[in-house]
Order: sequence, then C-alpha cells, then structure tokens
Amino acid sequence: MIRFLLRRVLGATVILLVISAVTFLLFYSIPRDPARLACGKTCDPESLAMIRASLGVDRPVPVQYWEYLVGIFAGRDFAAGPCPAPCLGYSFRDQSPVLETILDRVPTTASLALGGAVVFLTVGLALGMIAARNQGNLVDKGLSSLSLVMSSMQIYLVGPLVLAVFVYHLQLLPSPRYVDLTEDPVGWFKGLLVPWLVMSIIFTAAYTRMARSTLVEQLREDHVRTARAKGMSGRTVFFRHAWRGSLIPIVTILGVDLGSLFGGAMVTEFTFALPGLGRLAVNSVTQTDLPMLMGVMLFAAAMIIAFNILVDAVYAWIDPRIRLS
Amino acid sequence: MTTTQKTADLPAAKSADSAGTPLLQVKDLHVEFHTRDGVVKAINGVNYSVDSGETLAVLGESGSGKSVTAQAIMGILDMPPGRIPSGEILYRGQDMLTMSGEERRKIRGRKIAMIFQDALSSLNPVLSVGYQLGEMFRVHQGLSKKDAKAKAIELMDRVRIPAAKERVNDYPHQFSGGMRQRIMIAMALALEPDLIIADEPTTALDVTVQAQVMDLLAELQREYNMGLILITHDLGVVADVADKIAVMYAGRIVETAPVHELYKRPAHPYTKGLLDSIPRLDHKGSELYAIKGLPPNMARVPAGCAFNPRCDRAQDICRTEVPALHPVTEQDGTTLVGRGSACHFWKETIHG
Repeated sequence: MIRFLLRRVLGATVILLVISAVTFLLFYSIPRDPARLACGKTCDPESLAMIRASLGVDRPVPVQYWEYLVGIFAGRDFAAGPCPAPCLGYSFRDQSPVLETILDRVPTTASLALGGAVVFLTVGLALGMIAARNQGNLVDKGLSSLSLVMSSMQIYLVGPLVLAVFVYHLQLLPSPRYVDLTEDPVGWFKGLLVPWLVMSIIFTAAYTRMARSTLVEQLREDHVRTARAKGMSGRTVFFRHAWRGSLIPIVTILGVDLGSLFGGAMVTEFTFALPGLGRLAVNSVTQTDLPMLMGVMLFAAAMIIAFNILVDAVYAWIDPRIRLS
Repeated sequence: MTTTQKTADLPAAKSADSAGTPLLQVKDLHVEFHTRDGVVKAINGVNYSVDSGETLAVLGESGSGKSVTAQAIMGILDMPPGRIPSGEILYRGQDMLTMSGEERRKIRGRKIAMIFQDALSSLNPVLSVGYQLGEMFRVHQGLSKKDAKAKAIELMDRVRIPAAKERVNDYPHQFSGGMRQRIMIAMALALEPDLIIADEPTTALDVTVQAQVMDLLAELQREYNMGLILITHDLGVVADVADKIAVMYAGRIVETAPVHELYKRPAHPYTKGLLDSIPRLDHKGSELYAIKGLPPNMARVPAGCAFNPRCDRAQDICRTEVPALHPVTEQDGTTLVGRGSACHFWKETIHG
C-alpha cells in the first residue's frame, strides 16, 4: 500500500511538472502582455518597464519558470515581502495571494461536486438497476430513451430554462447562491439545490447507461448462474452476486467525473453565478493572470490525479484479484 | 437422506418408500430458444430417469442439448429467450415445471444441486470461498455468519482441501484448478442433496487431477447415496463411474444402455463413431478415426434422423423419418434391459 502510494505520488509529480511547463509555455506564446494590460490606456514606456519588473515578466521565461517551481517547494521573496512555501505567487490582476484565493473557492466547487455526485449517482444507478432488471421490455426502452435525451442536454440550456421557469416564474425552487455550509447549512442546501439538479440531468444519463450495461453483462456471467443454481433468491442474486462485479466501470467514470468537477465546473458555475474554481480559471485566462491560471491549473490537475489514485485503491477493495502494485 | 439405502451394484433393487417412482424423471422434454434468426429447438423430446445412488451419464458433443436439459432440470434456463413448450420434469413424482418459483427455488441447491464445468468462472470472483460455501447454510437454513463459516470449513475438509481453516477466507483465484472444482463440489454437497448434476466437472482440469476429482465425486455420491447425472463428452470418464448412459445428438437421446454394454456393443452409428474415435494405444501408427462432418446447426436440423448427413448407414428413410427410440434386443429377440436406439438400422448396427 505504501509502495503503491509512493509510486503514484512520484508519477503525479512528474505529470504536474509537465502540465505546469506546458501552461507556462502556452501563456507566453499568446500575444498578450500582462504588463501592458495592467498599465492601462495611458501608458508610457517607463511605467511599463516598471510594471514589467514588478510582475517579474521582464526576465527570460525559463528563469521565471524555475523561480516559480522553487517558490512552490521552498518559498520565494517578492518585493512586497516573503512568500512561504508552497508559494503560488500573487495575482497579476489584483495582487491577491493565489493559494488563498484558490482555497477560498474550494468549498463552493467541492459542495457543487459532492452534492451533485450524490444526486446523479443515486438516481443514475437506481435507474440503471431498474433498466437492467427489466432488460428488453418497455421500462428498459423508456429509460434508455430518457437517458439518451438527458445526455444530449447542455447545462447552459437547461440551467437558464430551469431558472426562468421553476425559480423565477413558478417560484418552486430556491434561487441559486453560495452560502457557507458551516454558517447556514439550510441556506447552503437551498442555494445549491438547483445547480445540483441541473448538473445531475447531464451526468445521470451516463451512470444509468453504464450501470445498466455492466449489470446486464454481469447477469450473464457463469457465477451468477451458479448463484441461481444454489437456490438464492432473485434479490440476492442481483445485489450480492451481480451488483458488486459491475461496480468497477462505474467507479472508473465516477473517479474521472469527480476529479474534473473538483477542478471546477466552469459552465455550471457561470450559469448560476457561483464563485467556484471554474469561474476563477476562466477569469484568469481572460485577464491574462499567469500566477492565478497556473495555480488553478495545477489544483485541477492534482484533483484529477488524486481521484485516479483513489479509484485504483477502491478497485482493489472491490475486486480481490486486483493488487496494488 | 430420506430414501432407504440402495447400492449402485444392485440396480434392480427399488427403495421401498418410492416404490416405482424414480428420484428424477424427465418426460418428453422440449426446450426451444426464440432468437432473432427464428426458433431454435434445442431439446426435442428427451426422456431419462435417475434413482438414488445411481449415476446416469449423459454423453454428447457440444450443442447436443445435454447442458440445456440439465439447466431445465435446475430451472436456471434464461426464459426468455428459452421456453419449455411441453414435457415434464418429475422430482419424486412431482412436476417441477408446474411449481411456483418459490417452491422451485427451495429445491434448487437443497434437493438438487449442480456442479459446473469451469469453476473459475462459475465461482464469484469477488466473494471469498468461505462466504460462497456458507451462503448455502445462511440462505437455506438461516445459520449465522459464524456458524456458516464453521460449516464451510467442515465442507472444505470434507472435499480434502488442505489447510481449510486458513484458506476459508481466500478467493477463488487463489486456488488451483483442482481445488476450485473441489470447492464447487463442496458447494453442491453442502445441504446433502438427493441429486447432483455435474456438467462436465473435469473438462477444465489436468488429466491427473481429473481422476482425483472424479474419484472424490463418486465416493461422496456413494456415501450420501445421491443420484448423479454426469454430463460429459469424455467417454473415458464415463466408463469408471456411470451405471447407465444416455447418448444425445441434436437435442434427442439416440441411445441408452447400461454402461459396459454400450462400450461392448453400440446400437447406434453415432455411438459407434464416438467409440471408434477414441485414440487407442494398440493402434499406434494408424490414422485416428473421426466422425465425418460437423454437428448440425440447431436452427437448421436435417430432416429425418438428424445424424443422417454424417452416417455411413443412411438410407432414404433416414432422410425423411425421425427414428423413435427402439427397444434393443438380442438377435433371438430377448430384450436387453435398459437398452434403446433411435436408429432405423439398429439391428444392423449392433448385430451386423
């Protein structure tokens, strides 16, 4: 287990290094100068040079990158003062510390991701099971069509529609906003309900189809036939013998989905004006804010990697034939 | 066991309480599968019976319907696409096909148990063998987890799995092929059923292990006086353990006989072909015999006798008339007990 974790963390470090280098290179290959942006319309060469120096973009790109990396592991000193490790620098835009800004946004994104996952996982798997138990008949076909329709939806279409009809017109659902869970749990729940539901419409379909197909496959397995020959009831056969074997593909896509949701659900956050990481990422791109962009990118990548490691660990727990090595 | 003792070497002696009623009797069973390409008639009127302590070997190529018959008896056919349009499956005289699902389930595993061919795929890969064995006691007898595990260890000892206590929490993939098949046998044996159906129990095993597993199965059968239906395509396995044989071809029984008589004097060209195709050491160097042609596609079974395109004796009548299972007699007309052949030319085959 420890060796497994060590190896995976080492691998993750390499991936993060590559991602950070690529982001850095891409940033400097776009023809936009963060200093000129900060300088404004009436900008003389002197103040531009000054801003350049203060942002640190006057030095060669490799040097900047190196300092950035050193900052993460050992901290670094800025003109404004020391930045202890792990230092992700300060925003070009408003000089706010990147790490704190990100950590500030995490609760929103995490609430969105986890709450949404509870809804789409519960509904998706339940529908998938119902479809699998009714394999081939009308219920199954209806659910298949429904999931096809749902997976063809887009959040930026469904979101505003739900807002217009259910929130503003009929006033059946509370309007979306983010309230901290620790401050007001009820407000937190009410504020995120609509985003969760809308997000789930899109995600549920994938889980319904996945659960259905893997269950149908499992039900054809020899060991399920054995379970029936042993005189197990239909329910035991289904839940004890078929269900567990069908979990692996579901856990796989759940890991990918959760990883990317934790890195920020851009469209959802924009649609419902929630202050999460997705918005932060988009804003940092449009504002040519390199330190913020780097920070969000690395955080999102780290989340995806972390969930992948978690998924691999869960595999071994589900299926004893899989060993962590 | 509720039946009185009856040993395999006294096949004529009937147990008193079931006077005349066999343990299991399959009567004119038909099974068909509804597929996209049409109706596949997998079983077309199969009859056989097994008594306590008796071993019936059902012999046939893959696709002959021997496994489908077994699954129909167990009640584990997938329906749909499977359908049983007619026939009876009598367990102690009671037709299981007319029972409710729940009545049927209570017989499965408890009264009639099944051993499958490939123990690796037939055991659940994500549950420990102890759990899978114990499940029998927990579901059928309501034992606690702890008691069920103790019973599981007992069973593993019974089928001679070394270090059963240490291995009870292991998973199927951690056992060798032979040990896995022993676990399958233990599972079938758990509730001391009256009848065990073993579907090619040794096919997936090494030859040396095959003998061990077969011996174990035969020994346990004797000990518990169970009926055994042994489904196989291996004529070598049959000779040692079976009392009687039913040879199946294209969903029908083409020959029935007490085991040694079949080997000595087959009464159906197909059986003869099977026996001739066993490699023999004393014929070293000569070419191996093989029945020409291929088993029929069950969606398009040849008219008349299904074996006619592959048969050396085939005449016009074979291509038009399905032969019934004729009683086989000696040349002088004395009946041969338990023998039958579904061949228009059985006389020529056995005596000619």
